[in-house]
Parts: sequence; structure tokens; C-alpha cells
Amino acid sequence: MANAPQTPPKIPLRKNAPAQSPQPRTKNADRVKKLSAILGRGSKDAVKTAVNNSQKILSTDNKPSIIPKESVSGTALIFVIAIMAFLACLTLGAVSLVNESASNWQSDISKEITIQIRPTPNNKMADILPKAQTLVEKYAGIKSVNILDKDETNRLLEPWLGTGLDLDELPIPRLLIIEIDAENPPNFAAIKEELVATIPGASLDDHRAWVSRLTRMARTTTLTGLSIFLLVLAATVLTVIFATRGAMAGNAHIIEVLHFVGAREPYIARQFQKHFFWLGLKGGALGGAVAIILFAILGLWSDQSFGTAVNAQVSALFGSFSVGLWGYLGAAIVILLVAVLTAATSSWTVIRHMRFLNKTQN
Amino acid sequence: MIQFENVGLRYGMGSEILRDISFHIAPGSFQFLTGPSGAGKTSLLRLMFMSLKPTRGLINVFGKDSATIDRKDIPAIRRRIGIVFQDFRLLDHLTTYENVALPLRVQGKDESSYKTDVQELLDWVGLRDRIHSPPSVLSGGEKQRAAIARALISQPEILLADEPTGNVDPPLAKRLLRLLAELNRSGTSVLIATHDLALMDQFDARRMVLNKGHLQTYG
Repeated sequence: MANAPQTPPKIPLRKNAPAQSPQPRTKNADRVKKLSAILGRGSKDAVKTAVNNSQKILSTDNKPSIIPKESVSGTALIFVIAIMAFLACLTLGAVSLVNESASNWQSDISKEITIQIRPTPNNKMADILPKAQTLVEKYAGIKSVNILDKDETNRLLEPWLGTGLDLDELPIPRLLIIEIDAENPPNFAAIKEELVATIPGASLDDHRAWVSRLTRMARTTTLTGLSIFLLVLAATVLTVIFATRGAMAGNAHIIEVLHFVGAREPYIARQFQKHFFWLGLKGGALGGAVAIILFAILGLWSDQSFGTAVNAQVSALFGSFSVGLWGYLGAAIVILLVAVLTAATSSWTVIRHMRFLNKTQN
Repeated sequence: MIQFENVGLRYGMGSEILRDISFHIAPGSFQFLTGPSGAGKTSLLRLMFMSLKPTRGLINVFGKDSATIDRKDIPAIRRRIGIVFQDFRLLDHLTTYENVALPLRVQGKDESSYKTDVQELLDWVGLRDRIHSPPSVLSGGEKQRAAIARALISQPEILLADEPTGNVDPPLAKRLLRLLAELNRSGTSVLIATHDLALMDQFDARRMVLNKGHLQTYG
């Protein structure tokens, strides 16, 4: 070792130099303190971890990214994520709309019951209807009893039988609409029993069959919607997995160097995670924004076309065609969810892929 | 520091490319690893660096057995080893300064704590005026010096250099060897893998010769 060619300059590294200068932690400490105060005792450690992790992902220091931005397939992925986010928002909006309409239908139906009286040869309808009205009114839980008069019955049958009919010539049943106290409903069985015994041809419809069908329909729609929502999220996850693998393959030389200089796997994963979080946020925001605009346009159209035939048809099905606050809030949540899901998926893929490569190397 | 005992290595179901390798690298030592092309020099370096696992035998690096070490502990071991490749492996989208600072950056250190060290080290390897240049505009010798600076910035206990003079002319090779000798004098163990006999003749150091999978040590 003595025969070194020339006396070289002395190596400048300071062996005992401090490894790291103290970090400016005041801002973080303040944030942790404030959040812990809001969330209560015992939350300090969790808040500290969350604040530090979010800062690591969201940090925008001046240092260039270790994984070049251009090497992560950006624009195409943003559009794919945007489409997925749009479909997810649309599904959530549709589920929210159907649920709200079903709930309105249910509440309307559960407030009313109907008595139907079929004409019989021995009874005069003019006598029977007031009799039935008096019979029902005496029960507790009945708010009002209205006899559907001939004109109203005519209008009810118009879509099927046309106009200008004399109902007296036809054996048309007559209806009594009874408004009930939904919170303190009457004894339906007792009403039914007395009605059938007293008035021939009378029957009571408490609409339970309809309510039960509506509930089933609403549940099925919600489940279908949620299944579609989960499928869309699964498709997003798979797309991000493919994109992350592509990005890893394109940056294999960088990952190798990072391993050689002693980078830990979570650090390497975080380099990809940062890119994918922003891609997810951009894509999610784009898709979510389009969905929100679409909801707003439909809501506006619904308001402006009030009274038209098309609107009447739509209103008959969906009530007011507006997704409401929850629809918009859901869209905002979907945007964040897509961004977080994208980041988490890429991180998980990177770590899993590195472990796989590690296994196959040896 | 690094100890091999009866180490064998084969890739897949092929024949063993390294057989019964045993040696010890002491702290502060300087050695050359030589042998014909394809003798397994790079594979031996990768074994030392825990980038490969041996098919048989025992490898102990800084007191850790490579067969039983938890993979989470490997980065900590690698931070104590500096490695220089023949093909430099610098990141093209980063400047020379950022490439050299990379090992400290991945450790999560604050830039203010290492900025001066990186600049002084780049001075030492003669790249002060290339501090903001990307590797694509550096010459082969400059790239090699940048790679050496990157390997040294975290003050490793041992430097493994794979053909560090393979892409440079003889005067520059001599200069690089001087740098490595100075590094060794400051207490860092150095192992240079090379098949350049002229280079080895310039420096009196232990020679580890790999031939047909077997290792012989001289000096």
C-alpha cells in the first residue's frame, strides 16, 4: 500500500460531521398539537404519523424527482382514471337519485290507504259511499276520508278508457282515499273486518304490497349500483397496477441504483406513489368535475322544463331530477378516493414487484 | 468486515461459476480482484453487496449472515458499502451534484447537512466546474469520477469498484487509482475488480485471482 503514485489531495469528507442538521419541526408540531386537540386524547401518535406521511407525499421541495415525471405514462392514464371517476360518480348519483325517489314514494304511499267499493246489483253507490266514510272516520289514526267523486274517477280512467264516458253505464268501482297518521296508524285489520262485514263489495288496500316491492326495488338498485361502483374501482386499481408495472419496467435502472445506494423499499415506493397520487387526483378531478357539471345541467334542465310532457314523465319516475347535496359530496369523495386508491395501489405494486424480483433473482 | 467461507454460486440449474470461495476483507485493507473476463468477478462483488445469495457456503458482511439477514436490514448494510460500476450507472435526469448527493438524499437527510460535503467531494474528484451538468455531457472519465464520488459521499467502510478504469485512458486510470489510494489511507477498505495488469502493477496490494470459479490470493 506504500507505493501510491503521487501524494494526492486529502479526502475532504469529515468523518465526524453531524449526520443531519436539526429538522425544522415547529410547524409540524403545531399541526399535530391542533389536530390532536380536535380529535381527543390518544390520537397524538396517529396524527403525527398521518401528518408526516402526507407531507412526504405532498412535499414539493425544489429537488428534482428521482423518478422522472415523463417516464410515468401520464396523459393516457389521467384520461382512463377520469373516465373511471366519471362512471363512479354517475353510479353514485344514480343510486342516490333512485334511493331518494323510492323513499319519497314510500313516504307518500305509507300516508294513505284506499277503500275500493265494487258496484253490486242491490246497493246504490250514493248510499254506500257516505256509510263507508262514516265507518272509517271513527277509527283512531285516521286524518281524513275523501270520496273520489265521479269527475276525479273519470280523470283517473281517462288514459285507459278515453273521454266522454258516462260512468253510470259501466260497473266502475269507486274509491275512498284515506289519509292516515303515519306515526300512529289505525288498526287496519279491524277496519278491514268491519268494512267487509258491513259493506258488500268493499275492500281495503293498505298499499303494503307496493311498499314492499318498492323497498325491494330500491335495495336491488342500490346493490347493483354499488356493485358497478366496486367494479369501476377494481378496473381503476387494475389499470394503475399495469401502469405502475410499466413505469417500474421503464425505470428499472433507477430502481437498481436506488437499491445500491441503500434506499429502503418504502422510499422507492414513495417515489412512484407521489407521481401516481397526482395523476389520480388530476384524473379523478377531471372525471368528477364532468359528472358534477352533468348533474348540475340535468338539475337545471329539470327546473326549466317544469310543466312539459317530458318533464312530467321524468318527474313521475324520479321526482325532482336532482342528485342533491349528497350526490355532489359523493362526487368530491370519489375524486379523493380515486387519488388515494391510485397512490396506494402504485405503492403496493412497487413493493410487491420488488419482492417478486428479489425472490426470482436468488 | 466481509468474510466468505466455502461459498459456491450457480445461476439456475447451470454449473457452479464460483466454487469454494473463502477469503476475508479486513478493515482498512486494499486489494485487487482479478481474473479473465467471465471469471465471476462481478458475481463475487454482487455477493459481497448482498445483491445475490450464494448457492452454498457462508457470507458474513459486517457481522450479518447473508443467509439469515432480514431483507429490511439490507439497505443499512449497503449504506456501509460504496459501489462503483464500470458503466457508472448515473441517473441521466439528475445533475452531477444530485447524482453524488443521492445516497444521502435516500437516507432522508436534509440538503443543508450535506451540500458542503458534496461540493468538497466534487472538488476532490475534479468536477467542481461540472456540478450542474447532467451525466450526458460528461466524458467517460468525468462520469467515472462522479460515480466514485457518489460511492464515497456516505463515507462507506468499504468501497467495491467494478472495473473503475475500464472506460478511461491510462493517465486518468492512474489518477483514479491515486484517489482510491488516498481514500484507503483515510481508513476505508478498497476492493478493485479489474483485469488491467498495468493498473495492478502501480500499487502494491493483495491480489485475489479468480480462475475457473476458484479463488487464489497473493500478497
